[in-house]
Amino acid sequence: MSLTRGDVEKIAHLARLELTEAEVALYQSQLSAILDYATRLNELNLEGISPTAHAVTQQNVWREDVAEPSLPMDAVLFNAPKQANNQFVVQAVLDEG
Amino acid sequence: MDLTTLTLTQLRQALRSGATTSVAATQAVLDHIVARDNDIQSFLTITDEMALEQAQQADQRRANGEDSPLLGIPVAVKDIICTQGVETTAGSKILEGFVPPYDAFVVRQLKAAGAVILGKTNTDEFAMGSSTENSAFFTTRNPYDQTRVAGGSSGGSAAAVATGMAYGALGTDTGGSVRQPASFCGVVGLRPTYGRMSRWGVVAFASTLDQVGTFGRTVADCTAVFQAAAGYDPMDSTSLNVPVPDFEAALTGDIRGLRVGVPQEYFIEGIDKEVETAVRNAIAKLAELGAEIVEISLPHTAYALPVYYLIAPAEASANLARYDGIRFGPRVEGADMIDSVKKTRALFGPEVKRRIMLGTYALSAGYYEAYYGRALKARTLIKQDFLNAFEKVDVIATPTSPTTAFKIGAIVDDPLQMYLQDIFTLPVNLSASCGLSVPCGFDSQSLPIGLQLIGNTLQEAVILNVAFAFEQNRD
Repeated sequence: MSLTRGDVEKIAHLARLELTEAEVALYQSQLSAILDYATRLNELNLEGISPTAHAVTQQNVWREDVAEPSLPMDAVLFNAPKQANNQFVVQAVLDEG
Repeated sequence: MDLTTLTLTQLRQALRSGATTSVAATQAVLDHIVARDNDIQSFLTITDEMALEQAQQADQRRANGEDSPLLGIPVAVKDIICTQGVETTAGSKILEGFVPPYDAFVVRQLKAAGAVILGKTNTDEFAMGSSTENSAFFTTRNPYDQTRVAGGSSGGSAAAVATGMAYGALGTDTGGSVRQPASFCGVVGLRPTYGRMSRWGVVAFASTLDQVGTFGRTVADCTAVFQAAAGYDPMDSTSLNVPVPDFEAALTGDIRGLRVGVPQEYFIEGIDKEVETAVRNAIAKLAELGAEIVEISLPHTAYALPVYYLIAPAEASANLARYDGIRFGPRVEGADMIDSVKKTRALFGPEVKRRIMLGTYALSAGYYEAYYGRALKARTLIKQDFLNAFEKVDVIATPTSPTTAFKIGAIVDDPLQMYLQDIFTLPVNLSASCGLSVPCGFDSQSLPIGLQLIGNTLQEAVILNVAFAFEQNRD
């Protein structure tokens, strides 16, 4: 499995990672080697085998629908890089035009 | 009396008898950290003032006639586990300065048991690594040879316990991150069954594999911390609502008639000969103590590594999507919102980026079935291997790691080589088993070797007792 430069750039965009030129080249070769290794799984006949998502499976874990106290606002906002009026401040997401 | 040489259980005895106080023990350990940790580099944060305050409270409670399992005992917490009011970085620049507004459930449990929290220990970034070389801050050194790694990712906790800088510690184990550093540092490390420990407040790496584990200098010490931290937590819907047995009472040392499985797939080419010899001698010792040794097969062992390195990065890529610089952590401002997110996420270190990329690819349209989908099916076969084995045996004995501690820098540039470090530990995480590492000797360079004991679902008491029996009779 050999990834192209374009593949690496596309994955980085999907993952919202800014990579340097050097990183793109490095990950192109390293990810290709790891994916090559993963092709070992093709040796297995997985026909009819059901997938395991969780080793110890639990289903439908419910709790009573009772309101409980939440963290105070200042504790929630304490780690925010930017905040105002009890809100997280970010750059504009939608154009004003 | 040098208090730092006592085991946790000895200190507990000394506190109960009034031979010493928590303040004395805490001060002794803090002094020892100042003297020793410049070399070992196990702590990212030392909470000395808070620790002494907790120690005073513990002594006060004892003076009032109170007692609890860890009352006044100083322990360390891996810096991937949230501590209220104390910076929690997960070894990453992207969480630098993050101060959690709450304690993780396991930390609450330790505090409720009376423990004194000494500080936060070093880890590979987001627990991704086997040497702490992926920590954004520094590399923890092996107490037996400072040119070598302590193992990882919980290398800070393992090294701290090994050197008397903590009486016990919490770590996390997603693919071997408690057992492998325990093996490298000559201490006991337990990775309980998935669901035995709450993950609430533990920074997520791979949610179906992550589990909190415990360290101790002895099996009894490791068990005492485990006993206190384990338990059902309604805040983690994957934590198991099952009774927590009295693990400490289960340490009888009697293993007569117990069936110990030895899987042929764990004694393969590439394993260090001295490691193999020490582990085989340990298994012979178990036979001497009355256990029945049974040759078994875990036929899909060789596929555990590729399965793990598809599933763990896939889960990581989803979990780490939350680091966008909006609600917490540093923000690197760019031209627009998306650009800011990308620039902020460039703060991740190389291994974390590699795994996010790998996981994103394995989950992406057109490749999902070929990679992630196949890995989930192969995981079924690995899990089934263990279930089949545990119909014939009570416990499985293997090496913890194929080698002893390697040199700092030796394999850090070769990700696949680094991943191979976990070849014997990560099948436990993929299955519903539990596992531990207990010291079983040294190689010719005086580096510790670990024996891994694997138990069936929720059978921690069985593997802890086998480890205890071995420890009591070790040559």
